[in-house]
Amino acid sequence: MCALCGMLGGEAHWSESNAVPTAFAARREAHTRQRERQTRVRLLNAVLRHYGLTVTLWAANSYLLSTRTGRTEIVDELAHLWTVAERLSSKRCDPLDDQLLRGMGG
Amino acid sequence: MMSYAERIPVNIVTGFLGSGKTTLLQRLLRAPRLSNVVVLVNEFGEIGLDHQLLQAVAESAVLLENGCLCCAVRGDLRQALRDLISRRMRGDIPPFNRVVIETSGLADPVPVAYTLLADPVIRHHFRLSSIVSTVDAVNGLAQLAAYPEAMKQVAVADRLILTKTDLAEASAVDAARGRLHALNPSAPVVIGIDIGAEQDALLIDDIYDTEGRAREVSRWLDTDAPAAPHVHTDDIQSFSLTFDGPLDWTAFGIWATMLLHRHGSDVLRLKGLLNVQGVDTPVLINGVQHIVHPPSHLDAWPDADRRSRLIFIVRGLSRQRLEQSLAAFNALANAPAALGA
Repeated sequence: MCALCGMLGGEAHWSESNAVPTAFAARREAHTRQRERQTRVRLLNAVLRHYGLTVTLWAANSYLLSTRTGRTEIVDELAHLWTVAERLSSKRCDPLDDQLLRGMGG
Repeated sequence: MMSYAERIPVNIVTGFLGSGKTTLLQRLLRAPRLSNVVVLVNEFGEIGLDHQLLQAVAESAVLLENGCLCCAVRGDLRQALRDLISRRMRGDIPPFNRVVIETSGLADPVPVAYTLLADPVIRHHFRLSSIVSTVDAVNGLAQLAAYPEAMKQVAVADRLILTKTDLAEASAVDAARGRLHALNPSAPVVIGIDIGAEQDALLIDDIYDTEGRAREVSRWLDTDAPAAPHVHTDDIQSFSLTFDGPLDWTAFGIWATMLLHRHGSDVLRLKGLLNVQGVDTPVLINGVQHIVHPPSHLDAWPDADRRSRLIFIVRGLSRQRLEQSLAAFNALANAPAALGA
């Protein structure tokens, strides 16, 4: 449990490289979990802006997903994030969507 | 906390009714390396017979009481696995080092795999090893055509065991073998009547097993998933994607979770050997529909080829679109200016 926020810490999601540190043991450069989370937020925002959403880091393990009108929701992991993003945006979050891919490339 | 690789491996043995699951287990469980295995069978279909046969092989077999293991009675499987942990800790049963779940003939194996990850207690103690599917050479093709359950059992398998080949015409065996390879090219097709205890690696090897993972990946790569989609009349396609440059792990995770959130029911299988940016050794991923198991790795690249390779078995998804999409997500990681950061 996090002593500051009182949140229970679950097992890391598979997409976080600290879930199985041995799988990434052969890194060539220094790496921190916090830096990876910041990178994830930057990349997520590049995708989520297509749906009018933004995401920020929240507490030690979570993310805060927000609409332009200020509706917010906390999500614990990536797998859950897409369900919340669809609910907040009322759009289908589909990585195979042409418009999304064009928007990301532009 | 126990690392993922240290958890007790669980094999799922599946296959249509009468396709020889129990016979396969009888043979394999004679292997010394498989002497401390608990077998969970269920009572649907081959009632009692399975149990009696298996009891002779694995004394710690536990019979699940009710119906199909997958959706309807998944709670029973969860309870059975939790009970195993408790009984083992109390010393009521000898320590075991593997669990084999023999599903009913009509079961979808994916909810069984899901149960291993979904329950926090079970997840702490167990991990998925290989999924083994038996297919009857006499009736298998007709079953694949008629029953979506049979198709699913083949599509998600790590190994395919072609049984009753001694009862089928040689042409039928060839046709069945060809069909299985086309449906799931990354799973080796093994002739069941040739299998003995010495082939215990069929259950033991997986990408988390220290000794077996290099062999497992070699099987993925040797089985030659076509670069061009192999399209079947049932809309299931198998293909591999390759990426010349390294992939950003964070971008890959975002892409894969988004893909499986939206299309997980159509991604029957996803396996990958990834060249991850900044990491010298290949990272292995292993997904079954919405479920992705924690990544593993090889200690060295198997050959000079450093490309990332992803093997897909999908229903109705475009190979080209998947490739474009992952490339676009990966490009985000390497174009900080585009992120507005």
